[in-house]
Order: sequence, then C-alpha cells, then structure tokens
Amino acid sequence: MTTSAQVETAGRPTEDRLDSTGSRFTRVLGVMVVLMLVMQLALALVISPPEVLQGDAVRLFYLHVPLAIAGGYLGVGLLAVGSIGYLWKRTIFWDLLAASAGELALMFTALTLLTGSLWGRPVWGTYWEWDPRLTLTAVLFVLLIGYRAMRTASTDPHLRARRSAVIGLLAAADVPLIRMSVDWWRGLHQTATLNPLNPSLDGMMLFTFFFSMVTFTVLFVWLLVHRFRVAWLEEQVADRALDEAITQRRAEGQETQ
Amino acid sequence: MWRDALLVAGKDLRIEARSKIALNQIAPFALVVLLLFAFALDPDRGFLQEATPGLFWIAVLLSTLLVVQRSYAVESADGGRDALRLTGLDPAGVFLGKAAAVFVVLAMLEVGLGVGVRLMYDTSLRGWPVLLVATVAATTGLVAAGTMYGALAAGLRVRETLLPLLFLPVVAPVMIGGTRAFAAALDGSSGEAWRWCGLLITFAVAYVALGMLLFEPLLEDS
Repeated sequence: MTTSAQVETAGRPTEDRLDSTGSRFTRVLGVMVVLMLVMQLALALVISPPEVLQGDAVRLFYLHVPLAIAGGYLGVGLLAVGSIGYLWKRTIFWDLLAASAGELALMFTALTLLTGSLWGRPVWGTYWEWDPRLTLTAVLFVLLIGYRAMRTASTDPHLRARRSAVIGLLAAADVPLIRMSVDWWRGLHQTATLNPLNPSLDGMMLFTFFFSMVTFTVLFVWLLVHRFRVAWLEEQVADRALDEAITQRRAEGQETQ
Repeated sequence: MWRDALLVAGKDLRIEARSKIALNQIAPFALVVLLLFAFALDPDRGFLQEATPGLFWIAVLLSTLLVVQRSYAVESADGGRDALRLTGLDPAGVFLGKAAAVFVVLAMLEVGLGVGVRLMYDTSLRGWPVLLVATVAATTGLVAAGTMYGALAAGLRVRETLLPLLFLPVVAPVMIGGTRAFAAALDGSSGEAWRWCGLLITFAVAYVALGMLLFEPLLEDS
C-alpha cells in the first residue's frame, strides 16, 4: 500500500512515463477506499452492537470474512484466470495479472489466518483448531508462498511466466481437492464445532457485514490495479536497463576499434 | 503417445537399472526415516503400530521427492533436456513415461517400506485388496504431481529447495487420504477405507489429466 501511495503522482504508466502508477481512475478509487474504510471502522467498532455470545469479538468478523473472500475467491480466481490467459495468449499482461493477484491473495490469506487466530483465542479458547476451513486456508497460504517462490526463481520473463502459470493452475485445481479431503478428514471424527456466524444476525450487524464485503472488494481492486502497474513498470525498467547495457557495450566496442 | 511414453519410461528405467541410485541411496534413506520415527516416538510398539499409516506415507512422500529429483537430474547433464525436447516426442507421452518410471521405482520402495513397518513396528497388515488399491491410487497421484513439479523446478538454480515447497502442500490430500485409508483398512473397516480410495482416485485422475494437458509449456524451455 505504501509503494502505491508514494508513487501516486500523475499520469497512467506508459512507455514514456515510468514514474507513476496512479491515474485519475485510481485516485478517485483510492479516495473512495479511504472514505469507505473510515465508515467501515465507525460501523464495525461503534455503531454495530456487540454480539450476544461473542461480545466484542464479533467485530473481528467484519475484517476477517471479507479478507478471506477477497483473498481466497477473488485473488485465487484471478490468479487462475491470469494463468490460463498467459498459456493461451502468451502475453506478459496475463502473467503480470496472475502475479499481482497471487501476491495480493497471499497477503489477504495471511491476514485472514491472523485475524482468525486472534478471534479464536477469546471465542474458542485456542489460536488454532484443526477445523477443515482452517486447514484449507493454511494449505492455500503455503501454496501461494510456493507460487511467489517460483516467481523469484528465474529472471527469464517467459520461462518464469510459463512455469508460474502452470503452478498457479495446479494450485487452483488443488483447492477443491483439499477442501474435499479435509472435510472428510474431520467429518469422520466430528468434534464440537461452533457455528462461527450466528444465523440470526441483527439488522445493523448484517448491514455492517455486507458493507465490509463491498469495502474490501473495492480495496482489493484498488491494490490490484496499483500492484499490476508496479509489476508492469518493473518489466519496462528491466527491458530498458538491458537495452542501455547493450548500447553501452556497443559504444565501448567502437571506442576500442 | 503410448509408444512415446514407453520409450521414455524405458530410458529412465534403464538408467536406474545401470546406476542403481534408487536401490543404493534412496531405499536406505527410506529405511533411515523409519528408524528415525522409532527413535522420535520412543520404541513403544503400541504407539508405532497406531501411527503406522501416517509414518508410512510420510516416508513415501520424502522418498518421492528424492525419486523425482533423481528423475530430472539424469537429464540435466549434457543438455539431456534439450535432447529430449528435440526428439519430437509427444509432451503428454513424455509426461506419462517419466511418471511411469517414477511409479515403478516408488512402488518398489513402498514394498520395502511395507516390509519395514511389518518387521520394525510389528504392524499386522490386513485388508489386502483395499490396501493395494489405495496404494496404487495414492502412488499414481504422487507420481503425477511429482512429475509435474519436478519439471517445474528442473533447471533452476533453486530446484532442490523449491521442489519440496511446491510439492508437499499440493499432495496434502494424498497424505490425508492414504493415511486414513490405511488406518481404516488396518482396523478392519474396509467400507470406510474404500471411501478414502475415492478421494485418492479423484486426485490421481485430476493430476494425470492436468499433467498431460500442461506438460507441453514446461518442455518448451530448457
């Protein structure tokens, strides 16, 4: 978030303007995100009532659930879309889309695990429970770390893009399988599971909840646009540096002749 | 495609037959893992017996990593990978061939590990039909995923460290399914064990299909 804020000065990134990832659209979106987050804070911390059983711990859900949905569904979904797009069209656009989505998914998933643990301590009495959903999220987190590791494993952009795309797809295909396996795994040894969301939500709580979904979706989109542009600029800089190096070597060659 | 697969599998197995790396290094490693479990968990036979399914599959997983690494290491020297690509073999065939060779080696290791747990942990093996089906299905899934990830990591500077990170979380369903199927079979409740075989077969089919589809872009580069 800091990188995008720091470089947000002017103009859409093009070949000629390598100094910014901001544009009119993202600035409007950014202001919207900030306003929505402020409203979200007010709703979640002050306006919405505490829950009957969980008390104030329920407020963590307005952070936890939207993070999980934005990271797990939007992030991993776009990672898969970008990976298929790259293997099909072979353009760097799709690769960078997958990379940006994958990285945001990793961050959101990490925050999901963190907020979930913090909530679990007061409500379940433990930071971690081997519940299907938790186990699935933990495995997803490691899969996304693997995806990022692949992205730093090679400097050849097309080799990296090809292999990352395959990893992205394999990881996305694995998620439903893990889902099945961990559901069955615990299903056989059913322990007391608490229903995380009270089915009869109070009106204000329901509104806060849906508002948080919208807020975090918009936040995700905003971060994605900036992350994508940073990745795009990195590609341009790498290309440019290579061109300059080649020109320099050529000039040296001519001098010695 | 099938002929190509046979050619590649034959090549890998011939190399293994001549170098005997799996026999002389990977099989002893698997044995050491079984010994380590006994050290870590106290040589209390009762507990080791109970934990046998999980320990068996962890030993298999660790061995799979080595077999897969070996399978790609044989091609890293002298541009073997480029040569394989230049033969014009069908990518799906190359995938199936490499996976088949890994399968054969791994199946032999599993027999060794099975004998190992029988003798060292004193586990009585029961429910043979379901044990056999679960092993074949789980092994197919492991080698299909392993062959894919081996190809993904091959040729990179960081291949030795990258492969476990990519491979181990992906095969979590095999680990869970294999362990549960074995535990149920050894308990004598084969109905439950067959249910886990369903998961193992789904995983195996999914990864064989994905491997055949996605192997082509991985063969493109060196």
